[in-house]
Amino acid sequence: MTTGRIHSWDLSTGVDGPGTRFVLFLNGCPLRCLYCANPDTWHLRDGQPVTADEVVTRIERYRRFTDLAGGGVTLTGGEPLLQPVFTAEVLHRCKELGLHTALDTSGALGRRAGDALLADTDLVLLDIKSFDAGVYRRLTGGRLAPTLDFATRLHRLGVPTHVRYVLVPGWTDDPAHIDGLAGFLAELDNVERVDVLPFHKLGAPKYDALGVPFPLRDGPLPDGALVERVREQFRAHGLRAL
Amino acid sequence: MTVTVRPSADPRPTDSAWHGFTGEQWQQRIDVRAFIQANYTPYEGDAAFLAGPTDRTLAVWNTVAALFPEERRKGVLDVDTATPSTITSHAPGYIDRDRELIVGLQTDAPLKRAIMPNGGLRMVANGLRAYGFTPDPFVTTVFGTYRKTHNDGVFDAYTPEMLRARKAGIITGLPDAYGRGRIIGDYRRVALYGTGRLIEAKRAERARLDTRPSTPDVIRDREELAEQIRALGELERMAASYGCDVSRPAATAHEAVQWLYLGFLAAVKEQNGAAMSLGRTSTFLDVYLQRDLGEGVIDESRAQELVDDFVIKLRIVRFLRTPEYDSLFSGDPTWVTESIGGIGEDGRPLVTRTSFRFLRTLYNLGPAPEPNLTVLWSPRLPEGFKRFCAQVSVDTSSLQYESDDLLRPRTGDDTAIACCVSAMTVGRQMQFFGARVNLAKALLYAVNGGRDEMTGEQIGPPTAPLTGEYLDHDELATAYDTMLDWLAATYVNALNVIHCMHDKYAYERIEMALHDHPVHRTMACGIAGLSVAADSLSAVRYARVRVVRDATGLAVDYRVEGDYPSYGNDDDRADSIAVGLVRSFMAKVRRHETYRGAAHTQSVLTITSNVVYGKHTGNTPDGRRAGTPFAPGANPMNGRDHHGMAASALSVAKIPYDQARDGISLTSTVTPEGLGHDPAERAGNLVGILDAYTAAGGFHMNVNVLDRATLRDAMEHPEKYPDLTIRVSGYAVNFVRLTREQQLDVINRTFHGAR
Repeated sequence: MTTGRIHSWDLSTGVDGPGTRFVLFLNGCPLRCLYCANPDTWHLRDGQPVTADEVVTRIERYRRFTDLAGGGVTLTGGEPLLQPVFTAEVLHRCKELGLHTALDTSGALGRRAGDALLADTDLVLLDIKSFDAGVYRRLTGGRLAPTLDFATRLHRLGVPTHVRYVLVPGWTDDPAHIDGLAGFLAELDNVERVDVLPFHKLGAPKYDALGVPFPLRDGPLPDGALVERVREQFRAHGLRAL
Repeated sequence: MTVTVRPSADPRPTDSAWHGFTGEQWQQRIDVRAFIQANYTPYEGDAAFLAGPTDRTLAVWNTVAALFPEERRKGVLDVDTATPSTITSHAPGYIDRDRELIVGLQTDAPLKRAIMPNGGLRMVANGLRAYGFTPDPFVTTVFGTYRKTHNDGVFDAYTPEMLRARKAGIITGLPDAYGRGRIIGDYRRVALYGTGRLIEAKRAERARLDTRPSTPDVIRDREELAEQIRALGELERMAASYGCDVSRPAATAHEAVQWLYLGFLAAVKEQNGAAMSLGRTSTFLDVYLQRDLGEGVIDESRAQELVDDFVIKLRIVRFLRTPEYDSLFSGDPTWVTESIGGIGEDGRPLVTRTSFRFLRTLYNLGPAPEPNLTVLWSPRLPEGFKRFCAQVSVDTSSLQYESDDLLRPRTGDDTAIACCVSAMTVGRQMQFFGARVNLAKALLYAVNGGRDEMTGEQIGPPTAPLTGEYLDHDELATAYDTMLDWLAATYVNALNVIHCMHDKYAYERIEMALHDHPVHRTMACGIAGLSVAADSLSAVRYARVRVVRDATGLAVDYRVEGDYPSYGNDDDRADSIAVGLVRSFMAKVRRHETYRGAAHTQSVLTITSNVVYGKHTGNTPDGRRAGTPFAPGANPMNGRDHHGMAASALSVAKIPYDQARDGISLTSTVTPEGLGHDPAERAGNLVGILDAYTAAGGFHMNVNVLDRATLRDAMEHPEKYPDLTIRVSGYAVNFVRLTREQQLDVINRTFHGAR
């Protein structure tokens, strides 16, 4: 029986894919993004062990609701691809049930996603943290290349993808980097939209509870004009940016 | 006085008021539903056809809106202290006589309030003094010496036990000093039939009693019917003073709106009811608007301005109430509830263009809490209408939704909501409003053997207090059951007293004249503190709860050791406790005979009094601190629903509507980001939630789309947000008119949003 470690679940709307969705938060993440809003999901060992059966039973319970509300299931975290067997199993079972499935990932562990897993995924929410390898490294502690490789692979496989771009003033607002990313994405016709997500600090109390410093606690928040400028940059490349 | 008949501004196309209408049944007897079914045109399109406000509408609205700041500052703009209000008591009043399309005010000037001492003299005197007015000596003499009031009658017949329960706040908000309201006259009848025909029908109803033995019930019915006939005559005279001959049917859309409004006006001139709801008028009026549009007599802009002008009048209904009453109910609500949409029994949607026009007023005139626009929702509603409703919610937070799929099979497709969540078949059914009991406090009484946890006084029957160091679930459940038996008995009997006296001394003549005889009555009981009581029982069952007692042995605090499942997370362990409480209290209520054989119902609704109930309830075994507000209505306790808005709503949807037929209220607040990235996506996602919640058996949802930052800013800078409207429990309020405590309560509620 496949088991995984999860942080929590909820039913949320309009945030993690279309409609109202069952959102499963998996524990464990290889990145340490400075703006991370879910530091309580970093460590695999902190997760609550569950079987795929238990999760799918819970998901089925909301099936009627999420169907009517135009939603489905989203696996997020943490980084779901840190637990690829469990993730693949849950996605597969959901797909068998006829649910709309989404995978929210940084792509850093994209190579762990088998073609079968991606075949069971209706939508990838691909978080591209920066298009500059140096910034990516400093911002996340990880490498950019695997994410771009994963994006290219999703394009090759024709997996519908929404790109998520967290806008952090001083880190990810460099117009040249954004233009670079937009140019890259414009070539990928599986990218249906780009969500520009303004950096927020709602995770700050979690850092306090964990006794971990929140690196961007005092960092500036993007204003509306900046968010709009960045969206326009993506739009200028023919992308649908929200 | 010479009465001139005001000519309708829109030319009357032919001599017959009913020309072009089809159907027989409604012509033979009073049956507005049959008229609607035979004549309405469902509309399945979108909102693109709607028109903006005309300059004339805006001029009228701006004239009256200019008075709002002074009214807000003073609390009450003006009062006629010397003239007890009746249907005909005041000379005509106008906002702007030359520009108004729909005429009629409660007194001779806009926002000037009237006194209605039939309900109780003391409430009138306190209301006047609180706002710097002096009670009129003649009125005081008449109602203090010669004319008994409802309030006097009730206190003559209350028992000491009822008085104690009322004072301790375990039974609260009883309509014993104010009008009970929640009665919806079928004001459409005035437009469709005219008062001449209605009087004729009432005479026939009364004649049917002539051969019946003169038992007390029959005598009372005969007297009431005589009063109803008299009230219809007064309506006719009041209308004539505005130049309208309502003895005949309305012949144009303009007249239909005007006649209907005059019927409603008569009601708000006669009764200061807690909720003076309008009914279900938009699709009825649409028949007239469609006829005039079809004949080219009016255009869309004219149709919209008739609706806009009508809504202006509904927005300025005012009653003189005390500041205590207003702080309990957050501002100055009148609950002019209008029910919109729904599906007919034949499967056709009851959505018409005028359903859209009513919603459009929130843009044309800006958001406002009144009228209380209520959408009867079904997943089968036309997509264009669903999307427009959701858009209006996202833009204004001014709508509430009730499940048409639960209503239609029970009260039919001509159901309207009175107040917040009380369903009734228009013109055939009324309720005896019964406010509510405090289930959380009753639980504390069970622990303390009937003593009040705040005062130590013996309020309930003296039973053995629980004495263990830790609360034992079975022991507590048994004691609670006994305490609820007592509470239900005391409660229903108190309500019987109240409604007997209300009928006697403050009978709703005109509202009941617009009902069939005999009318179906319900006794609308209610419960507050459901989530606190359910979580407390869950804590005792699944965690350990240690009792802290004072020197007299009174349990005054509780320490929860360990975790427990809480109501609001779609966890059956906790949710089943809440469901069990609702079922059990309903069963207890049903054991007691009701006044006039009213059918027992109950609501899970607090209005905004969840703050006051919380203030008067000590520490509870769920860990809630003394004085902390309860969650509103059937909501999960603030901050204890961890799995999102939908999971929270699914817990509430488990409460069976048939055990709470007076309604189950859920208020949800979601941030804009918590619904989607852009307005179109938000509207689409809200439609999905409403569809899914309704399909899951959910009854009611208030939808607020707001963020905390906006509300905090509004607390600090109220002048920037005069129109900020939010949904509370079953109705809407101006946020800036809430007390600071209530504002904080709203801000501290669970906001469902993005992580």
